[in-house]
Amino acid sequence: MFYEKLNRLKEKIIEQGNLVESMIEKSIRGLLNKDKALLLEVLQVDEPRTNEMEIEIDELCINLIARFQPEARDLRTIIMILKMNNDLERIGDMAVNISESALYLIERPQVKPMIDLPKMAEETIQMLKDGIDSFIKSDAKLAKSVCERDDIVDAYRDQILRELITYMISDPTTIERAIHIERISRNLERIADLATNIGEDVVYIVEGKIIKHGRYKESTGSA
Amino acid sequence: MIDIVLRAENLTASYDDHIVVKNVNLSIVRNSITAVMGPSGCGKTTLIRCFNRMHELSPKAKVEGKVYLIENLNGRREEIDIYSVDPMIVRRKIGMVFQKPNPFPTMSIYENVIAGYILNGIKLKKSEADELVEETLRKVSLWDEVKDRLKKKGTFLSGGQQQRLCIARALAMKPDIILLDEPTSALDPVATAKIEELLEQLKNTVTIVIVTHNVGQAGRISDFVAFMYLGELLEYGPTDTVFTRPLNEKTEEFLAGKIG
Repeated sequence: MFYEKLNRLKEKIIEQGNLVESMIEKSIRGLLNKDKALLLEVLQVDEPRTNEMEIEIDELCINLIARFQPEARDLRTIIMILKMNNDLERIGDMAVNISESALYLIERPQVKPMIDLPKMAEETIQMLKDGIDSFIKSDAKLAKSVCERDDIVDAYRDQILRELITYMISDPTTIERAIHIERISRNLERIADLATNIGEDVVYIVEGKIIKHGRYKESTGSA
Repeated sequence: MIDIVLRAENLTASYDDHIVVKNVNLSIVRNSITAVMGPSGCGKTTLIRCFNRMHELSPKAKVEGKVYLIENLNGRREEIDIYSVDPMIVRRKIGMVFQKPNPFPTMSIYENVIAGYILNGIKLKKSEADELVEETLRKVSLWDEVKDRLKKKGTFLSGGQQQRLCIARALAMKPDIILLDEPTSALDPVATAKIEELLEQLKNTVTIVIVTHNVGQAGRISDFVAFMYLGELLEYGPTDTVFTRPLNEKTEEFLAGKIG
């Protein structure tokens, strides 16, 4: 009874993870291919669906705790799913932000060739994909590797910002477009942060260890 | 549309002049598990005893109001006022399992399963009886454990097995509803888990109403929950809702362990 319901909950959170992952992927593909229909799909179809799923998953978690009083790993799993659910819905909102800026950008001339942004998006999507995979496989090692990769995405954001500042200084007419590109990069960076949270949550489920706020680096001795 | 199997209207039950169930209105959903919970003495057992006319067997007991059993016969819906028909027919359609396992001590396991037929004078062919005993014992996951000793007395079984035998005895009559009064309170946790699992499986074929003072059990197994307090039905609804957002303050206090 309980495990059937818990498995259903796990399936739901994985479905939500896959949905928001596809939202980021579509928002970037829509930007690069100037595909307006794809961007509108994120806004009009996917986002309302993630909102509905968030409420559904919240209720499943609350009902399971209220009715079965789970302990130990089962309790950790449900509480972490509750947190992941919140993070995944936020990721969905960020994919919406990216799509909105992309809709602005695809109607206008390019400020510069898109080189780092697609790489940054690829790295971010892979982090989220691995975060969800680590949950599916209960793989703490993979989950930790997600947390380690956050710095790579941060570096992309800094690099993109530096470059955009140069463009904006040399040609102020690019400022509005540059701000939208920066907005996309900032949202990707936030998504990577939330993917890191998911990695940390999975480590807590599997090992019962809290590795957030630098505790992972302390425990492994890495800088 | 919600498929209702039993409906109580303004049901009041008393012993002597003492009212124990006060003006209850309740509809039980077919093929679901409904848990009736509440503190000791709140009237939950009396309520379900009114559902198969057991209450009136107690001295000076009185029942007012109506209880309807709703049957679907070949797609036709028929409402039976259970207080206007033979109580024996009612008890065949609405079986009862008690707190303490009570297999008939003089009967074998085999006879216990078909006791309802024997006691009602309903003749079964040997082949029919054999088939019914095996099918019913399989339903309660007891067949493999007892198939080689069907002629032994039911009282030789463990407590959990005896209770499953009692459930089989009720099921063998092919009832619409089974009422269970604290069926696991005399059992250990392993036997309790087995019964809970069994009830979950059985609800596909029969409607289950279970009285329990154990909040955990109500949460684990029920689809709907009724909360009784001082003879009144204070709250009734889907278990998910009642357990997370109860409307009545007393329900909240009971779930939180502050009363009960």
